[in-house]
Amino acid sequence: MRTLAQRRAITAWSFLTPMLVVLALVAGWPLLRTILLGFTDAGLGDFGESQFIGLANYRGLASDPYWWRAVANTLGFTLISVSIETVLGLIIALTLNTHLKARGLVRAAVLIPWAIPTVVSARMWGWMLNDLYGVVNAMLLGLGVIDRPWAWLADPTLSIASVIAVDVWKGTPFMALLSLAALQVLPREIYEAARVDGVSAVKVFFQVTLPLIRPALFVAILFRSLDALRVFDIIYVLTGDNPSTASMSVYARQQLIDFQQGGMGSAAATALFLIVAVFATIVVTAGRLRIGGVVR
Amino acid sequence: MKILGRIAFYLLVAFIVFYAVFPFYWAIVSSLKTGSALFTADLIPASSTFENYVALFREQPFARNILNSAIVAIVTTAISLGLAATASYALGRMAFRGRTAVSFVILSVSMFPQIAVLTGMFELIQVTGLYDSLSGLILADLILTLPFSTWVLTAFMGDLPRELEEAAIIDGAPPLRILTDVFIPVMAPALVATGLLAFILAWNEFLFALTFTLSEEQRTVPVAIALISGAGGYEIPWGRIMAASVIVTAPLIVLVLALQRRIVSGLTAGAVKG
Repeated sequence: MRTLAQRRAITAWSFLTPMLVVLALVAGWPLLRTILLGFTDAGLGDFGESQFIGLANYRGLASDPYWWRAVANTLGFTLISVSIETVLGLIIALTLNTHLKARGLVRAAVLIPWAIPTVVSARMWGWMLNDLYGVVNAMLLGLGVIDRPWAWLADPTLSIASVIAVDVWKGTPFMALLSLAALQVLPREIYEAARVDGVSAVKVFFQVTLPLIRPALFVAILFRSLDALRVFDIIYVLTGDNPSTASMSVYARQQLIDFQQGGMGSAAATALFLIVAVFATIVVTAGRLRIGGVVR
Repeated sequence: MKILGRIAFYLLVAFIVFYAVFPFYWAIVSSLKTGSALFTADLIPASSTFENYVALFREQPFARNILNSAIVAIVTTAISLGLAATASYALGRMAFRGRTAVSFVILSVSMFPQIAVLTGMFELIQVTGLYDSLSGLILADLILTLPFSTWVLTAFMGDLPRELEEAAIIDGAPPLRILTDVFIPVMAPALVATGLLAFILAWNEFLFALTFTLSEEQRTVPVAIALISGAGGYEIPWGRIMAASVIVTAPLIVLVLALQRRIVSGLTAGAVKG
Protein backbone atom coordinates (compact mmCIF):
# COMPACT_ATOMS: atom_id res chain seq x y z
CA MET A 1 0.00 0.00 0.00
CA ARG A 2 1.53 3.31 -1.10
CA THR A 3 1.27 6.45 0.98
CA LEU A 4 -0.60 9.46 -0.33
CA ALA A 5 2.65 11.38 -0.86
CA GLN A 6 4.10 8.55 -2.92
CA ARG A 7 1.00 8.32 -5.06
CA ARG A 8 1.12 12.04 -5.61
CA ALA A 9 4.77 11.92 -6.64
CA ILE A 10 4.03 9.17 -9.16
CA THR A 11 1.19 11.21 -10.64
CA ALA A 12 3.37 14.30 -10.81
CA TRP A 13 6.20 12.52 -12.58
CA SER A 14 3.86 10.83 -15.03
CA PHE A 15 2.55 14.28 -15.97
CA LEU A 16 6.07 15.62 -16.36
CA THR A 17 7.65 12.75 -18.24
CA PRO A 18 6.40 13.49 -21.80
CA MET A 19 7.65 17.06 -21.60
CA LEU A 20 10.97 16.02 -20.07
CA VAL A 21 11.56 13.32 -22.69
CA VAL A 22 11.04 15.79 -25.52
CA LEU A 23 13.21 18.36 -23.77
CA ALA A 24 16.00 15.80 -23.35
CA LEU A 25 15.77 14.96 -27.06
CA VAL A 26 15.75 18.51 -28.44
CA ALA A 27 17.90 20.24 -25.81
CA GLY A 28 19.88 17.83 -23.63
CA TRP A 29 21.19 15.50 -26.30
CA PRO A 30 22.19 18.17 -28.88
CA LEU A 31 23.87 20.21 -26.14
CA LEU A 32 25.84 17.19 -24.95
CA ARG A 33 26.88 16.32 -28.53
CA THR A 34 27.95 19.90 -29.22
CA ILE A 35 30.13 19.94 -26.12
CA LEU A 36 31.69 16.56 -27.02
CA LEU A 37 32.26 17.51 -30.67
CA GLY A 38 34.15 20.57 -29.46
CA PHE A 39 36.95 18.18 -28.46
CA THR A 40 37.12 16.53 -31.90
CA ASP A 41 38.29 17.32 -35.42
CA ALA A 42 34.72 17.03 -36.77
CA GLY A 43 33.98 18.68 -40.09
CA LEU A 44 30.42 19.02 -41.30
CA GLY A 45 28.40 15.84 -41.75
CA ASP A 46 31.02 13.24 -40.79
CA PHE A 47 30.40 13.66 -37.08
CA GLY A 48 30.48 9.90 -36.41
CA GLU A 49 34.05 9.49 -37.67
CA SER A 50 35.53 12.47 -35.86
CA GLN A 51 38.66 11.92 -33.78
CA PHE A 52 39.26 13.14 -30.25
CA ILE A 53 41.88 15.90 -30.34
CA GLY A 54 41.69 17.23 -26.78
CA LEU A 55 41.81 20.97 -26.33
CA ALA A 56 43.23 21.75 -29.77
CA ASN A 57 40.07 23.59 -30.86
CA TYR A 58 40.16 25.75 -27.74
CA ARG A 59 43.82 26.53 -28.36
CA GLY A 60 42.80 27.43 -31.92
CA LEU A 61 40.16 29.80 -30.58
CA ALA A 62 42.57 31.40 -28.13
CA SER A 63 45.01 32.21 -30.94
CA ASP A 64 42.39 33.48 -33.40
CA PRO A 65 42.11 37.28 -33.40
CA TYR A 66 38.69 37.03 -35.08
CA TRP A 67 37.39 35.03 -32.12
CA TRP A 68 38.59 37.67 -29.66
CA ARG A 69 37.07 40.33 -31.85
CA ALA A 70 33.78 38.43 -31.71
CA VAL A 71 34.02 38.17 -27.91
CA ALA A 72 34.69 41.91 -27.63
CA ASN A 73 31.87 42.72 -30.06
CA THR A 74 29.40 40.57 -28.15
CA LEU A 75 30.30 41.94 -24.72
CA GLY A 76 30.33 45.54 -25.95
CA PHE A 77 27.06 45.06 -27.78
CA THR A 78 25.44 43.53 -24.69
CA LEU A 79 26.68 46.14 -22.25
CA ILE A 80 25.81 49.18 -24.35
CA SER A 81 22.52 48.07 -25.86
CA VAL A 82 21.09 46.70 -22.59
CA SER A 83 22.10 49.87 -20.72
CA ILE A 84 20.43 52.12 -23.28
CA GLU A 85 17.36 49.88 -23.44
CA THR A 86 17.00 49.93 -19.65
CA VAL A 87 17.12 53.72 -19.39
CA LEU A 88 14.92 54.27 -22.43
CA GLY A 89 12.50 51.55 -21.35
CA LEU A 90 12.18 53.15 -17.92
CA ILE A 91 11.49 56.57 -19.46
CA ILE A 92 8.79 55.09 -21.68
CA ALA A 93 7.29 53.15 -18.78
CA LEU A 94 7.17 56.27 -16.59
CA THR A 95 5.50 58.15 -19.44
CA LEU A 96 2.91 55.40 -19.84
CA ASN A 97 2.30 55.32 -16.09
CA THR A 98 1.00 58.90 -16.00
CA HIS A 99 -2.56 60.05 -16.61
CA LEU A 100 -1.78 60.57 -20.26
CA LYS A 101 -4.90 60.70 -22.46
CA ALA A 102 -3.28 59.06 -25.44
CA ARG A 103 -1.90 56.29 -23.24
CA GLY A 104 -3.46 53.40 -25.17
CA LEU A 105 -2.18 54.82 -28.43
CA VAL A 106 1.36 55.22 -27.11
CA ARG A 107 1.37 51.70 -25.69
CA ALA A 108 0.19 50.32 -29.01
CA ALA A 109 2.90 52.27 -30.84
CA VAL A 110 5.55 50.95 -28.48
CA LEU A 111 4.39 47.37 -29.04
CA ILE A 112 5.03 47.63 -32.80
CA PRO A 113 8.82 47.19 -32.74
CA TRP A 114 8.36 44.27 -30.36
CA ALA A 115 5.89 42.59 -32.73
CA ILE A 116 8.09 42.92 -35.81
CA PRO A 117 10.27 39.85 -36.43
CA THR A 118 13.95 40.52 -35.78
CA VAL A 119 14.95 39.64 -39.32
CA VAL A 120 12.37 42.03 -40.72
CA SER A 121 13.41 44.87 -38.46
CA ALA A 122 17.02 44.30 -39.46
CA ARG A 123 16.07 44.57 -43.14
CA MET A 124 13.89 47.65 -42.58
CA TRP A 125 16.75 49.39 -40.82
CA GLY A 126 19.23 48.08 -43.37
CA TRP A 127 17.24 49.97 -45.99
CA MET A 128 16.83 53.09 -43.83
CA LEU A 129 20.57 53.13 -43.09
CA ASN A 130 21.56 52.53 -46.71
CA ASP A 131 24.50 54.82 -47.45
CA LEU A 132 23.28 56.02 -50.86
CA TYR A 133 19.49 56.00 -50.68
CA GLY A 134 18.72 55.63 -46.97
CA VAL A 135 16.16 57.90 -45.37
CA VAL A 136 18.34 58.34 -42.28
CA ASN A 137 21.08 60.02 -44.28
CA ALA A 138 18.48 62.08 -46.17
CA MET A 139 16.93 63.29 -42.90
CA LEU A 140 20.23 64.08 -41.20
CA LEU A 141 21.53 65.88 -44.29
CA GLY A 142 18.29 67.85 -44.46
CA LEU A 143 18.60 68.86 -40.82
CA GLY A 144 22.23 69.77 -41.34
CA VAL A 145 23.46 67.32 -38.72
CA ILE A 146 25.90 65.71 -41.17
CA ASP A 147 27.46 67.26 -44.25
CA ARG A 148 27.89 64.12 -46.33
CA PRO A 149 26.17 60.71 -46.35
CA TRP A 150 27.55 58.30 -43.77
CA ALA A 151 28.16 54.61 -44.51
CA TRP A 152 26.33 53.42 -41.41
CA LEU A 153 26.76 49.72 -42.03
CA ALA A 154 29.89 49.54 -44.19
CA ASP A 155 32.19 51.80 -42.17
CA PRO A 156 33.82 49.50 -39.57
CA THR A 157 33.88 52.26 -36.96
CA LEU A 158 30.16 52.99 -37.37
CA SER A 159 28.71 49.57 -38.04
CA ILE A 160 28.68 48.26 -34.46
CA ALA A 161 26.97 51.46 -33.32
CA SER A 162 24.37 51.04 -36.06
CA VAL A 163 23.75 47.44 -35.01
CA ILE A 164 23.28 48.60 -31.41
CA ALA A 165 20.87 51.33 -32.52
CA VAL A 166 18.70 48.79 -34.33
CA ASP A 167 18.75 46.46 -31.33
CA VAL A 168 17.74 49.33 -29.05
CA TRP A 169 14.74 50.02 -31.27
CA LYS A 170 13.72 46.37 -31.17
CA GLY A 171 14.55 45.59 -27.52
CA THR A 172 13.34 48.69 -25.67
CA PRO A 173 9.62 47.77 -25.77
CA PHE A 174 10.30 44.62 -23.76
CA MET A 175 12.07 46.63 -21.07
CA ALA A 176 9.32 49.24 -21.14
CA LEU A 177 6.55 46.64 -20.72
CA LEU A 178 8.25 44.85 -17.84
CA SER A 179 9.10 48.14 -16.13
CA LEU A 180 5.52 49.34 -16.60
CA ALA A 181 4.17 46.14 -15.06
CA ALA A 182 6.39 46.74 -12.03
CA LEU A 183 5.36 50.41 -11.76
CA GLN A 184 1.67 49.61 -11.89
CA VAL A 185 1.69 47.46 -8.76
CA LEU A 186 3.34 50.16 -6.62
CA PRO A 187 1.00 51.50 -3.92
CA ARG A 188 -0.40 54.95 -4.74
CA GLU A 189 -0.31 56.10 -1.09
CA ILE A 190 3.47 56.46 -1.11
CA TYR A 191 3.29 58.97 -3.90
CA GLU A 192 0.50 60.93 -2.27
CA ALA A 193 2.50 61.10 0.95
CA ALA A 194 5.54 62.30 -0.99
CA ARG A 195 3.48 64.95 -2.76
CA VAL A 196 2.01 66.22 0.47
CA ASP A 197 5.51 66.50 1.91
CA GLY A 198 6.59 68.43 -1.18
CA VAL A 199 9.36 66.03 -2.23
CA SER A 200 10.55 66.68 -5.78
CA ALA A 201 9.60 64.25 -8.55
CA VAL A 202 13.23 63.41 -9.30
CA LYS A 203 13.90 62.62 -5.67
CA VAL A 204 10.77 60.46 -5.45
CA PHE A 205 11.94 58.51 -8.48
CA PHE A 206 15.43 57.78 -7.18
CA GLN A 207 14.56 57.22 -3.53
CA VAL A 208 11.15 55.57 -3.74
CA THR A 209 10.32 54.23 -7.19
CA LEU A 210 13.68 52.86 -8.25
CA PRO A 211 14.38 50.83 -5.07
CA LEU A 212 10.87 49.39 -5.21
CA ILE A 213 11.02 48.24 -8.82
CA ARG A 214 14.67 47.20 -8.60
CA PRO A 215 14.01 43.44 -8.34
CA ALA A 216 11.67 43.47 -11.34
CA LEU A 217 14.07 45.63 -13.29
CA PHE A 218 16.88 43.23 -12.45
CA VAL A 219 15.01 40.29 -13.93
CA ALA A 220 14.22 42.25 -17.09
CA ILE A 221 17.88 43.22 -17.42
CA LEU A 222 18.93 39.61 -16.93
CA PHE A 223 16.65 38.43 -19.73
CA ARG A 224 17.68 41.15 -22.15
CA SER A 225 21.36 40.50 -21.39
CA LEU A 226 21.02 36.79 -22.05
CA ASP A 227 19.29 37.64 -25.32
CA ALA A 228 22.02 40.08 -26.25
CA LEU A 229 24.85 37.67 -25.44
CA ARG A 230 23.50 35.14 -27.94
CA VAL A 231 22.67 37.76 -30.59
CA PHE A 232 22.67 36.39 -34.13
CA ASP A 233 19.75 37.51 -36.33
CA ILE A 234 20.21 41.29 -36.23
CA ILE A 235 23.95 41.18 -36.86
CA TYR A 236 23.83 38.45 -39.50
CA VAL A 237 21.12 40.21 -41.50
CA LEU A 238 22.54 43.74 -41.17
CA THR A 239 26.24 43.10 -41.73
CA GLY A 240 26.66 39.39 -42.52
CA ASP A 241 29.85 37.69 -41.34
CA ASN A 242 31.80 40.95 -41.30
CA PRO A 243 34.41 40.61 -38.50
CA SER A 244 33.91 44.21 -37.34
CA THR A 245 30.43 43.33 -36.07
CA ALA A 246 30.38 39.51 -35.86
CA SER A 247 29.13 38.20 -32.51
CA MET A 248 30.19 34.91 -30.91
CA SER A 249 27.09 33.23 -32.35
CA VAL A 250 27.88 34.53 -35.84
CA TYR A 251 31.48 33.34 -35.48
CA ALA A 252 30.43 29.86 -34.30
CA ARG A 253 27.96 29.38 -37.14
CA GLN A 254 30.48 30.58 -39.69
CA GLN A 255 33.00 28.02 -38.45
CA LEU A 256 30.44 25.21 -38.54
CA ILE A 257 28.67 25.92 -41.83
CA ASP A 258 30.83 28.14 -44.02
CA PHE A 259 34.24 26.74 -43.06
CA GLN A 260 32.86 23.24 -42.32
CA GLN A 261 34.84 23.16 -39.08
CA GLY A 262 32.35 21.39 -36.84
CA GLY A 263 34.89 20.95 -34.04
CA MET A 264 35.89 24.62 -33.95
CA GLY A 265 32.29 25.76 -34.28
CA SER A 266 31.25 23.52 -31.39
CA ALA A 267 34.11 24.75 -29.23
CA ALA A 268 33.11 28.37 -29.90
CA ALA A 269 29.46 27.57 -29.13
CA THR A 270 30.45 25.80 -25.92
CA ALA A 271 32.56 28.79 -24.87
CA LEU A 272 29.56 31.07 -25.38
CA PHE A 273 27.38 28.63 -23.46
CA LEU A 274 29.82 28.76 -20.52
CA ILE A 275 29.95 32.56 -20.57
CA VAL A 276 26.15 32.75 -20.53
CA ALA A 277 25.89 30.16 -17.74
CA VAL A 278 28.45 31.94 -15.56
CA PHE A 279 26.83 35.31 -16.19
CA ALA A 280 23.36 34.03 -15.34
CA THR A 281 24.58 32.34 -12.16
CA ILE A 282 26.36 35.48 -10.98
CA VAL A 283 23.38 37.73 -11.65
CA VAL A 284 20.87 35.38 -10.05
CA THR A 285 22.92 34.85 -6.90
CA ALA A 286 24.16 38.44 -6.60
CA GLY A 287 20.67 39.85 -7.10
CA ARG A 288 19.21 37.09 -4.88
CA LEU A 289 16.50 36.81 -7.47
CA ARG A 290 13.53 34.61 -7.07
CA ILE A 291 12.55 34.19 -10.64
CA GLY A 292 8.85 33.92 -10.25
CA GLY A 293 6.21 31.44 -11.08
CA VAL A 294 8.20 28.29 -11.26
CA VAL A 295 10.05 28.68 -8.01
CA ARG A 296 7.46 29.59 -5.45
CA MET B 1 7.63 76.66 -16.02
CA LYS B 2 4.77 74.26 -15.60
CA ILE B 3 3.65 74.84 -19.19
CA LEU B 4 7.18 74.33 -20.47
CA GLY B 5 7.30 71.05 -18.60
CA ARG B 6 4.02 69.96 -20.19
CA ILE B 7 5.27 70.87 -23.66
CA ALA B 8 8.53 69.00 -23.09
CA PHE B 9 6.56 66.00 -21.90
CA TYR B 10 4.32 65.96 -24.98
CA LEU B 11 7.33 66.41 -27.22
CA LEU B 12 8.87 63.38 -25.55
CA VAL B 13 5.69 61.36 -26.09
CA ALA B 14 5.51 62.46 -29.72
CA PHE B 15 9.13 61.49 -30.22
CA ILE B 16 8.58 58.04 -28.67
CA VAL B 17 5.63 57.39 -30.97
CA PHE B 18 7.52 58.64 -34.03
CA TYR B 19 10.59 56.55 -33.19
CA ALA B 20 8.53 53.40 -32.66
CA VAL B 21 6.28 53.72 -35.69
CA PHE B 22 8.34 55.43 -38.38
CA PRO B 23 10.42 52.42 -39.57
CA PHE B 24 7.27 50.42 -40.27
CA TYR B 25 5.68 53.41 -41.98
CA TRP B 26 8.78 53.82 -44.11
CA ALA B 27 8.68 50.14 -45.07
CA ILE B 28 5.09 50.56 -46.27
CA VAL B 29 5.94 53.69 -48.23
CA SER B 30 9.01 52.08 -49.81
CA SER B 31 7.10 48.93 -50.73
CA LEU B 32 4.72 51.07 -52.82
CA LYS B 33 7.49 52.74 -54.80
CA THR B 34 9.38 51.34 -57.77
CA GLY B 35 12.11 52.42 -60.13
CA SER B 36 13.79 55.69 -59.38
CA ALA B 37 11.03 56.79 -56.98
CA LEU B 38 12.43 54.27 -54.51
CA PHE B 39 15.66 56.22 -54.30
CA THR B 40 14.03 59.50 -53.32
CA ALA B 41 13.23 60.25 -49.71
CA ASP B 42 9.60 61.31 -50.37
CA LEU B 43 7.66 60.72 -47.18
CA ILE B 44 4.47 60.18 -49.18
CA PRO B 45 4.89 58.31 -52.46
CA ALA B 46 4.05 60.43 -55.52
CA SER B 47 2.36 57.45 -57.15
CA SER B 48 1.66 54.08 -55.56
CA THR B 49 2.06 50.74 -57.24
CA PHE B 50 1.72 47.15 -56.11
CA GLU B 51 4.39 45.98 -58.53
CA ASN B 52 6.69 44.87 -55.72
CA TYR B 53 3.99 42.74 -54.15
CA VAL B 54 3.16 41.07 -57.44
CA ALA B 55 6.82 40.40 -58.22
CA LEU B 56 7.33 38.89 -54.79
CA PHE B 57 4.79 36.16 -55.42
CA ARG B 58 5.54 35.68 -59.11
CA GLU B 59 9.30 35.53 -59.08
CA GLN B 60 9.86 33.46 -55.96
CA PRO B 61 7.91 30.92 -53.90
CA PHE B 62 6.90 33.49 -51.29
CA ALA B 63 3.42 32.04 -50.83
CA ARG B 64 5.06 28.69 -50.17
CA ASN B 65 7.39 30.34 -47.64
CA ILE B 66 4.43 31.82 -45.78
CA LEU B 67 2.71 28.43 -45.74
CA ASN B 68 5.93 26.82 -44.42
CA SER B 69 6.18 29.33 -41.60
CA ALA B 70 2.52 28.85 -40.71
CA ILE B 71 2.84 25.05 -40.63
CA VAL B 72 6.02 25.11 -38.55
CA ALA B 73 4.67 27.68 -36.10
CA ILE B 74 1.25 26.06 -35.68
CA VAL B 75 2.52 22.51 -35.20
CA THR B 76 5.30 23.61 -32.86
CA THR B 77 2.86 25.65 -30.78
CA ALA B 78 0.31 22.81 -30.60
CA ILE B 79 2.90 20.26 -29.45
CA SER B 80 4.35 22.71 -26.94
CA LEU B 81 1.00 23.66 -25.45
CA GLY B 82 -0.07 20.03 -25.08
CA LEU B 83 3.13 18.97 -23.35
CA ALA B 84 3.38 22.17 -21.33
CA ALA B 85 -0.20 22.00 -20.05
CA THR B 86 0.29 18.56 -18.47
CA ALA B 87 3.75 19.42 -17.17
CA SER B 88 2.63 22.74 -15.70
CA TYR B 89 -0.20 20.99 -13.87
CA ALA B 90 2.40 18.90 -12.04
CA LEU B 91 4.76 21.84 -11.50
CA GLY B 92 2.15 24.37 -10.51
CA ARG B 93 -0.30 22.29 -8.46
CA MET B 94 1.51 19.31 -6.96
CA ALA B 95 4.08 19.10 -4.21
CA PHE B 96 6.72 16.46 -4.89
CA ARG B 97 10.44 15.97 -4.44
CA GLY B 98 12.48 17.22 -7.35
CA ARG B 99 10.07 19.97 -8.33
CA THR B 100 12.65 22.71 -7.78
CA ALA B 101 15.23 20.78 -9.78
CA VAL B 102 12.86 20.31 -12.71
CA SER B 103 11.90 24.00 -12.61
CA PHE B 104 15.56 24.91 -12.64
CA VAL B 105 16.24 22.72 -15.68
CA ILE B 106 13.34 24.26 -17.60
CA LEU B 107 14.44 27.76 -16.75
CA SER B 108 18.03 27.00 -17.76
CA VAL B 109 16.98 25.59 -21.12
CA SER B 110 14.89 28.65 -21.85
CA MET B 111 17.93 30.80 -21.16
CA PHE B 112 20.69 29.05 -22.99
CA PRO B 113 21.88 30.19 -26.38
CA GLN B 114 20.48 28.47 -29.47
CA ILE B 115 23.95 28.26 -30.96
CA ALA B 116 24.99 25.91 -28.12
CA VAL B 117 22.86 23.13 -29.61
CA LEU B 118 23.46 23.97 -33.28
CA THR B 119 26.07 21.29 -34.06
CA GLY B 120 24.28 18.59 -32.07
CA MET B 121 20.94 19.51 -33.63
CA PHE B 122 22.52 19.49 -37.09
CA GLU B 123 23.73 15.95 -36.46
CA LEU B 124 20.35 14.85 -35.05
CA ILE B 125 18.51 16.27 -38.03
CA GLN B 126 20.92 14.68 -40.47
CA VAL B 127 20.78 11.27 -38.81
CA THR B 128 16.98 11.27 -38.72
CA GLY B 129 16.85 12.31 -42.38
CA LEU B 130 15.01 15.54 -41.57
CA TYR B 131 17.51 17.92 -43.21
CA ASP B 132 15.82 20.46 -45.48
CA SER B 133 12.35 19.55 -44.22
CA LEU B 134 9.69 21.28 -42.17
CA SER B 135 9.61 18.40 -39.66
CA GLY B 136 13.26 19.10 -38.86
CA LEU B 137 12.43 22.73 -38.12
CA ILE B 138 9.48 21.76 -35.93
CA LEU B 139 11.74 19.44 -33.94
CA ALA B 140 14.40 22.14 -33.53
CA ASP B 141 11.95 24.94 -32.67
CA LEU B 142 10.60 22.96 -29.71
CA ILE B 143 13.72 23.94 -27.81
CA LEU B 144 12.44 27.54 -27.87
CA THR B 145 8.72 27.08 -27.36
CA LEU B 146 8.52 24.14 -24.96
CA PRO B 147 10.43 25.49 -21.94
CA PHE B 148 8.88 28.90 -22.48
CA SER B 149 5.29 27.57 -22.58
CA THR B 150 5.85 25.31 -19.58
CA TRP B 151 7.27 28.16 -17.58
CA VAL B 152 4.54 30.68 -18.33
CA LEU B 153 1.71 28.15 -17.88
CA THR B 154 3.16 27.01 -14.55
CA ALA B 155 3.05 30.61 -13.36
CA PHE B 156 -0.59 30.95 -14.42
CA MET B 157 -1.47 27.58 -12.93
CA GLY B 158 0.11 28.39 -9.58
CA ASP B 159 -1.93 31.59 -9.28
CA LEU B 160 -5.29 29.80 -9.42
CA PRO B 161 -7.17 29.36 -6.11
CA ARG B 162 -6.85 26.11 -4.22
CA GLU B 163 -10.62 25.56 -3.91
CA LEU B 164 -10.77 25.02 -7.65
CA GLU B 165 -9.63 21.42 -7.58
CA GLU B 166 -10.59 20.50 -4.03
CA ALA B 167 -14.16 19.52 -4.87
CA ALA B 168 -12.93 17.39 -7.75
CA ILE B 169 -10.31 15.68 -5.57
CA ILE B 170 -12.91 14.89 -2.91
CA ASP B 171 -15.12 13.44 -5.63
CA GLY B 172 -12.20 11.16 -6.44
CA ALA B 173 -11.72 12.36 -10.01
CA PRO B 174 -8.43 11.15 -11.56
CA PRO B 175 -5.77 13.88 -12.07
CA LEU B 176 -6.04 13.86 -15.85
CA ARG B 177 -9.79 14.50 -15.58
CA ILE B 178 -9.15 17.34 -13.16
CA LEU B 179 -6.73 18.87 -15.64
CA THR B 180 -9.02 18.61 -18.65
CA ASP B 181 -12.34 19.37 -16.95
CA VAL B 182 -11.37 21.86 -14.25
CA PHE B 183 -8.17 23.60 -15.25
CA ILE B 184 -8.18 23.76 -19.04
CA PRO B 185 -11.47 25.73 -19.20
CA VAL B 186 -10.28 28.22 -16.57
CA MET B 187 -6.88 28.46 -18.27
CA ALA B 188 -8.29 29.26 -21.73
CA PRO B 189 -7.15 32.91 -21.73
CA ALA B 190 -3.71 31.91 -20.44
CA LEU B 191 -3.43 29.23 -23.11
CA VAL B 192 -4.29 31.77 -25.79
CA ALA B 193 -1.69 34.23 -24.54
CA THR B 194 1.00 31.57 -24.16
CA GLY B 195 0.12 30.00 -27.49
CA LEU B 196 0.34 33.33 -29.24
CA LEU B 197 3.77 34.07 -27.77
CA ALA B 198 5.01 30.57 -28.66
CA PHE B 199 3.63 31.02 -32.17
CA ILE B 200 5.53 34.30 -32.52
CA LEU B 201 8.74 32.65 -31.26
CA ALA B 202 8.49 29.89 -33.86
CA TRP B 203 7.30 32.22 -36.63
CA ASN B 204 10.30 34.53 -36.11
CA GLU B 205 12.93 31.82 -35.61
CA PHE B 206 15.87 32.39 -37.96
CA LEU B 207 19.07 30.57 -37.00
CA PHE B 208 17.70 27.00 -37.26
CA ALA B 209 15.62 27.77 -40.34
CA LEU B 210 18.67 29.27 -42.03
CA THR B 211 20.95 26.37 -41.11
CA PHE B 212 18.68 23.36 -41.53
CA THR B 213 17.08 24.16 -44.89
CA LEU B 214 18.68 24.37 -48.27
CA SER B 215 16.07 24.73 -50.99
CA GLU B 216 13.99 27.82 -51.63
CA GLU B 217 10.82 25.74 -51.31
CA GLN B 218 11.55 24.71 -47.70
CA ARG B 219 12.51 28.15 -46.45
CA THR B 220 10.44 29.92 -43.86
CA VAL B 221 9.54 33.58 -44.20
CA PRO B 222 12.40 35.08 -42.12
CA VAL B 223 14.98 33.16 -44.16
CA ALA B 224 13.29 34.07 -47.42
CA ILE B 225 13.28 37.76 -46.47
CA ALA B 226 16.88 37.68 -45.26
CA LEU B 227 18.06 36.06 -48.48
CA ILE B 228 16.11 38.09 -51.07
CA SER B 229 18.66 39.39 -53.53
CA GLY B 230 18.50 40.75 -57.03
CA ALA B 231 19.20 38.92 -60.28
CA GLY B 232 22.92 38.37 -60.47
CA GLY B 233 23.17 39.70 -56.95
CA TYR B 234 24.03 43.24 -58.06
CA GLU B 235 21.14 45.42 -57.20
CA ILE B 236 19.33 44.64 -53.98
CA PRO B 237 15.57 44.83 -54.67
CA TRP B 238 14.69 46.95 -51.64
CA GLY B 239 11.13 47.58 -52.82
CA ARG B 240 10.42 43.86 -52.87
CA ILE B 241 12.14 43.29 -49.52
CA MET B 242 9.96 45.98 -47.97
CA ALA B 243 6.84 44.46 -49.55
CA ALA B 244 7.73 41.11 -48.00
CA SER B 245 8.39 42.81 -44.66
CA VAL B 246 5.01 44.50 -44.70
CA ILE B 247 3.19 41.27 -45.60
CA VAL B 248 4.61 39.29 -42.67
CA THR B 249 4.49 42.12 -40.19
CA ALA B 250 0.99 43.48 -40.77
CA PRO B 251 -0.88 40.42 -39.43
CA LEU B 252 1.44 40.23 -36.42
CA ILE B 253 0.85 43.87 -35.58
CA VAL B 254 -2.91 43.48 -35.89
CA LEU B 255 -2.81 40.38 -33.70
CA VAL B 256 -0.61 42.02 -31.08
CA LEU B 257 -2.68 45.19 -30.95
CA ALA B 258 -5.91 43.24 -30.67
CA LEU B 259 -4.57 41.09 -27.86
CA GLN B 260 -2.41 43.76 -26.17
CA ARG B 261 -3.56 43.13 -22.64
CA ARG B 262 -3.23 39.38 -22.81
CA ILE B 263 0.24 39.56 -24.27
CA VAL B 264 1.41 41.93 -21.60
CA SER B 265 0.00 39.61 -18.93
CA GLY B 266 1.65 36.62 -20.62
CA LEU B 267 5.00 38.36 -20.77
CA THR B 268 4.92 39.44 -17.18
CA ALA B 269 3.09 36.52 -15.55
CA GLY B 270 6.02 34.22 -15.10
CA ALA B 271 8.72 36.75 -15.52
CA VAL B 272 8.82 39.07 -12.61
CA LYS B 273 8.49 38.42 -8.93
CA GLY B 274 10.83 40.33 -6.70
